[in-house]
Amino acid sequence: MQNLHLITSLLQTNKDFMNILAIETSCDEASASVVQNGRKILSNVISSQIHIHAKYGGVVPELASRHHLENINFVVAEALAKARLRINDIDTLAVTQGPGLVGSLLAGIMAAKTLSLIYRLPLLPINHIEGHIYANFLEHRIKPPFLALVISGGHTELVIQRDHTHYKILGRTRDDAVGEAYDKVAKLLDLGYPGGPVIDKLAKKGDPQYIKFPRPYLTGSYDFSFSGLKTSVVNYVSKHPASSVQHLADVVASFQQAVIEVLVNKTIQTALKLKMKKIVLAGGVAANSALRGLFTDKIRKTGITLYYPSPVLCTDNAAMIGCAAYYRLKNKKLEYNQKMLTFKAAPNLQL
Amino acid sequence: MSISKLNKIVITKSAAETQRFGRKLARQLKPGDLVCLSGGLGAGKTCLVQGIARGLQVKDYVNSPTFKIINEYAGKIPVYHFDLYRLEGLTDLRELGYEEYFYGQGLSLVEWAEKIIPFLPKQYLRIELRRVDEHTRKIILTDWRRKK
Repeated sequence: MQNLHLITSLLQTNKDFMNILAIETSCDEASASVVQNGRKILSNVISSQIHIHAKYGGVVPELASRHHLENINFVVAEALAKARLRINDIDTLAVTQGPGLVGSLLAGIMAAKTLSLIYRLPLLPINHIEGHIYANFLEHRIKPPFLALVISGGHTELVIQRDHTHYKILGRTRDDAVGEAYDKVAKLLDLGYPGGPVIDKLAKKGDPQYIKFPRPYLTGSYDFSFSGLKTSVVNYVSKHPASSVQHLADVVASFQQAVIEVLVNKTIQTALKLKMKKIVLAGGVAANSALRGLFTDKIRKTGITLYYPSPVLCTDNAAMIGCAAYYRLKNKKLEYNQKMLTFKAAPNLQL
Repeated sequence: MSISKLNKIVITKSAAETQRFGRKLARQLKPGDLVCLSGGLGAGKTCLVQGIARGLQVKDYVNSPTFKIINEYAGKIPVYHFDLYRLEGLTDLRELGYEEYFYGQGLSLVEWAEKIIPFLPKQYLRIELRRVDEHTRKIILTDWRRKK
């Protein structure tokens, strides 16, 4: 009887699945998630602060970090409860190290380090951009190499991923990020925050060909630029103030068309040039319906396959961090040691 | 400070010309100087900062710091580009460690500085960008000194 007990406990320690508890607080969402074997989401709790920030028309950093501090313990407890697990069932912890707002990052990192120290669990710092790309691995069976377009409120990056953990940034924005351009145009037109979903929704009622805004292609470079396009919208609106809801819809539809044409054409051309067979979209703007539609249209007959995550995994969430952590480990078991707690928040972390 | 003789008004006719003006202006700016930039959306603040950074041999791209509040660039001298739009209170400012930047060895370029006037140095260069029409911008430079 004694032996039998020993055998079952041994079986339990040599279990063939790995549970990762991940925490992500790089910007205005506090999120915690339990991911099993890299692909199975047992829970993914996102406590959004959008309602708090909406009245300011953007993320207010001090507010973000303060609310993360208040929320993070509840979010972690909720993630474990929804996964029907206890902290003892967790094998490894993962947390977003950067890029992001320093105050927000710190809230998540301190929570993760504390859990690591108390429960003697190994902790892995993860790059937020890498996480966004890995959101695709949660839902699709893909293998590198592929071309990834990471588009969000803070990022516009064209990345080649040759293998797991092996990246090369081909191009990025020279001024405003895509999501930022959406936010600024939405603010200019008094449409609210965040700009992306509002404009995407309103644009459906408008004529995308109504105004021919410039398409900033930056030929000969893999970079993007959206600041000049934003200025064109300012110029147009100062000459022709939005007179009706229809007119407003036409303006935002035309703006959106200019943005997505550049993103889609440039990404597909790059993939063809570099003979990439797969394109992966990631980040909050990858949830944009017009962008997905145009990508799907233009990719036909190119022989390229397009992947994108479902909208909830496009936004900042901890499941993508857990997934990236799993592939970083590739089934290796990480042993706890105190040295793994010495990393710091890195607001400008590069891939 | 060499910025004391910079009271003037400049008209530029294109974004490229605004950048060129920024490059020229960079020659007159020294470590420890602070420049406040004001102007509405699309007035050309980022454009001017890009020119100044180029003039100081910054190789990196000058992105908008709206998201991260501060971007640091390595040029001939360090360049600190602030966008205080999303700054809530003065606690935020202290958390940024602003003194190390404002009184450090680099050039500080500050958008939305009107939020933190009591914390600005005694002397700084104020640049206001006004949109005249689609391409034309009026750039007003004022040497600002606080009376004791």
